[in-house]
Amino acid sequence: MNVIVGLEIHCQLDTKTKLFCGCSTDYRTDGPNTHVCPVCLGLPGSLPVLNRKAVEYALRVAKALHCTVPEESVFSRKNYFYPDLNKGFQITQYDKPLAVSGYLDIEGDEGEKRVRITRVHMEEDPGRLVHKGGADRPRYSLVDYNRAGIPLIEIVTEPDLRSPREARRFLNKLRATLEYLGVFDSEKEGSLRVDANISIEGSERVEIKNITSYKGVEKALTFEVTRQKNALRRGQKIVRETRHFVEARGVTTSARSKEMEQDYRYFPEPDLCPLRVADWVDGIVLPELPDARRQRFMDQYGLSLIHARTLTGDLRLAEFYEKVAGTDPALAATWVADTLLGELNYRDMSISSVPPDVFSGLLSLVRARVITDRNGVDVLRVLLDELKEKGTCESPEACAERLGLRALPADSAGGDDPVTKAAREALAENPRAVEDYRNGRKEALNFLVGQVMRKTRGCAKPADVNRVLASLLGEGA
Amino acid sequence: MITEKDVEHIGMLADIAILRGELEEFTASFNRILEYFDILDQVTGEEKDGGAAVNVLREDEVVPSLSPQDVLSNAKETEDGFFRAPRVM
Amino acid sequence: MAEGMLTFSPDDRYNAFLRTVSPARYGEGRLRGIPVAIKDNISTAGIETTCGSRILSGYVPPYDATVVSLLKKEGAAIVGKTNMDEFGMGSTTENSAFGPTKNPRDETRVPGGSSGGSAAAVAAGLVPLALGTDTGGSIRCPAAFCGIVGLKPTYGRVSRYGLVAYANSLEQIGPMAADVAHANLLMSVIAGHDPKDSTSLDAPYSHTPSMEIRGTRIGIPEEFFGEGVDPRVASVVWDAISLLERKGAEIITCRMPSMAYALAAYYVTCMSEASSNLARYDGVRYGPPADVRKPWHEAFQERRREGFGLEVRRRIMIGTFALSSGYYGKYYAKAQAARRNVREDFGRLFAEVDVIAGPTMPTVAFRFGEKSDPLAMYLSDILTVPANLAGVPAISVPCGKVEGLPVGLQIMGRWMEDERVIDVAYAYEQGANP
Repeated sequence: MNVIVGLEIHCQLDTKTKLFCGCSTDYRTDGPNTHVCPVCLGLPGSLPVLNRKAVEYALRVAKALHCTVPEESVFSRKNYFYPDLNKGFQITQYDKPLAVSGYLDIEGDEGEKRVRITRVHMEEDPGRLVHKGGADRPRYSLVDYNRAGIPLIEIVTEPDLRSPREARRFLNKLRATLEYLGVFDSEKEGSLRVDANISIEGSERVEIKNITSYKGVEKALTFEVTRQKNALRRGQKIVRETRHFVEARGVTTSARSKEMEQDYRYFPEPDLCPLRVADWVDGIVLPELPDARRQRFMDQYGLSLIHARTLTGDLRLAEFYEKVAGTDPALAATWVADTLLGELNYRDMSISSVPPDVFSGLLSLVRARVITDRNGVDVLRVLLDELKEKGTCESPEACAERLGLRALPADSAGGDDPVTKAAREALAENPRAVEDYRNGRKEALNFLVGQVMRKTRGCAKPADVNRVLASLLGEGA
Repeated sequence: MITEKDVEHIGMLADIAILRGELEEFTASFNRILEYFDILDQVTGEEKDGGAAVNVLREDEVVPSLSPQDVLSNAKETEDGFFRAPRVM
Repeated sequence: MAEGMLTFSPDDRYNAFLRTVSPARYGEGRLRGIPVAIKDNISTAGIETTCGSRILSGYVPPYDATVVSLLKKEGAAIVGKTNMDEFGMGSTTENSAFGPTKNPRDETRVPGGSSGGSAAAVAAGLVPLALGTDTGGSIRCPAAFCGIVGLKPTYGRVSRYGLVAYANSLEQIGPMAADVAHANLLMSVIAGHDPKDSTSLDAPYSHTPSMEIRGTRIGIPEEFFGEGVDPRVASVVWDAISLLERKGAEIITCRMPSMAYALAAYYVTCMSEASSNLARYDGVRYGPPADVRKPWHEAFQERRREGFGLEVRRRIMIGTFALSSGYYGKYYAKAQAARRNVREDFGRLFAEVDVIAGPTMPTVAFRFGEKSDPLAMYLSDILTVPANLAGVPAISVPCGKVEGLPVGLQIMGRWMEDERVIDVAYAYEQGANP
């Protein structure tokens, strides 16, 4: 049973002002209805005027996705009623979109894969609803129009994706591309929303509306694949319908059939003039995009494909890496891709909350063997916890010092260094292990190494411990 | 011919309730008017409009928004800076 | 003294005003201290703006329409908001939710519409200048019925920012005054480019009317004197045209075949656009509130049924139908094709003539209640809608009377030739009243 998925992705363009008025888009930390004017409030008599930057941004996307930009594109009104809508219609593009027929290459389930883009068009975001009341009190909505009029691009793919995982990979690649283009900020809450069309080959198509997170897309599709396959196995038919993704429960639920009957009565927006911007495309110089940067990371820093792909899969991560790569790009790649990312993920933190100089400092300590790898991780954890709590942190050096995690010396001539002392103690306390070792059970050494590490609270370098133990055990033989 | 049922459907699309007593008059006048519009059937040619201006754009520069008082001053139902609207769920 | 206050207490026996402002502030400028009346679909900061509709009662815009800012900049005193057919939908001002306006020339008759309040205020001498709006004749019709001058400018010449939309692609704000010179003055204040209106043209208007029309070629389309045009009106208008000929103009009869479907194209277009423009009146952000205890769909349906008058509901619903799935091609798309044909007809004619003239309205002012059938009312707009469909300038200037009631001569010009239209009207006016 083949799975067929197509996506419609809505992304907020990162302009300073809204699509059709001069209100600031920087509303997230402000109170409701503080970034509105007659235009985005839909006051009678107000008129839209198109933001040049939004057009330029959308064209950058179109070019990066290898789209064709038709000679003329037109804004239309999509007419429907809903309390979050300021004018009783949404200004969008319908039969004459900004760009058509492009593609984006992704790492698919079976290697490199080309996903076709049907169209890219511009539209305005509606307002935001807050639901009030409940079982015991009358229910109503609260409306905030700060979001109304934020510029969106809608990117529609052909049904070229074959699994929830591919859908997620497509989204990740698209997100990275948009961020590299400097037109989108994925860290802004609600800046991306996805509708997914999914079917099992030969069956009806189901639309899942309004998925608001990257992980949500894979979850919603995975749930839907299972639901549809189970239904088909039981001999049921898949109904063509719209479903909502309930993020908290990880399930999709059927939307009322009424929403299927929408008749949007599109017609050209009479208050806006057509766009003729096909000839702008040649003048757009695209920045380095994820694939190019991935190749450069391999060439310039000698990274493996896997590290290069991970580190270039997110603009901020790639920029962070380049800041900390320094004199030991391989060490930096391992630490960023294999350690830091996991620790950030665990704490639900973003790479932008880590000051590169702090991380570079940590790498220097590790590289100079001032702290061990293991204690390096411990220091990193403490620093991240501090950053998450206060937004700032102490220096890695001070942290290692404070926690007593600096690597211990193990090379004194008289044998009174901490590592040799700890090793002597360990041998004295574990005669059985010593005996086992001497009787040829070499794995007993691992136990003794562990004991020394415990006694030195990880501050001994593993190589030192091995050397000292071997030497002490040899002496006694 | 538009039927009363069609008119009710149109009312739903337009979000306008139609009272029982109004339905007949609306249906009758719709049919008379739409019949008059049938003269458009003889029109040939493209829909395309010959509007002159293209690419009318403004720069991405912030203009002050309305004051919160002005925003909410015309709404009868407000709460904590929000507009209050009927429930959707 | 740069600023002053004007006391305005008119004897408004015709119900021309929905509300007046007194004392009204004025300033320095070309219109210093001159009282100007504003049609109630033009936004005025701090002054209630209802469009003659219950659904906007109590709505006080927080901003001025561009034309209002321009008037204030020239020192005008904004003295009141004038009555109108609800949202501009009508040709009699009977469709106002706040009662009809009477025609100052005959109180048993309508003043025309939809800018009936502005026309009556000027005709009654309450103000020398008023702003109207014209979607399919709403300035020219009441100007003709009340015996004053009204100009619908070239589409785009006057900013629509702040004009509450009825049919965006057709309508323009324009001047109404007792004579051509005053209309010309008001036009020179309100015209010009506005970056807030994407359809605004960069064409300021600065013109001194000239009565010299020798050599001007005036086209007279047969269709403007066809079926439905009162022969007495036709006769008065022909007399006016003869006067222009005596002043040196060349009269050329011609044909305008697209008149056959221009009215249908006009009504499909304006109803379609209106159905969308008027969707925002849901009682959430302004106007009488929707019942927040009900589900939204029910609450909106109820609010909109109560708030809109019968004719507005009718036009919204027909417009909704004309745009709906399966009918767009038959109605809206065809109307736009028809519109193009109208434009091409004008283009063809304007290659041979400089202006086109005919009656503004097929009849004199109706009695109250005379046009109770909606379609009969629509048909009376047949002579004014072509100029809106083509976006060209058109003026109505008083040209005589039939049984004591004023008749308007309509003069239509090439796109952007508002000045020439003013000149021909001025030549007639000066010739008829030496």
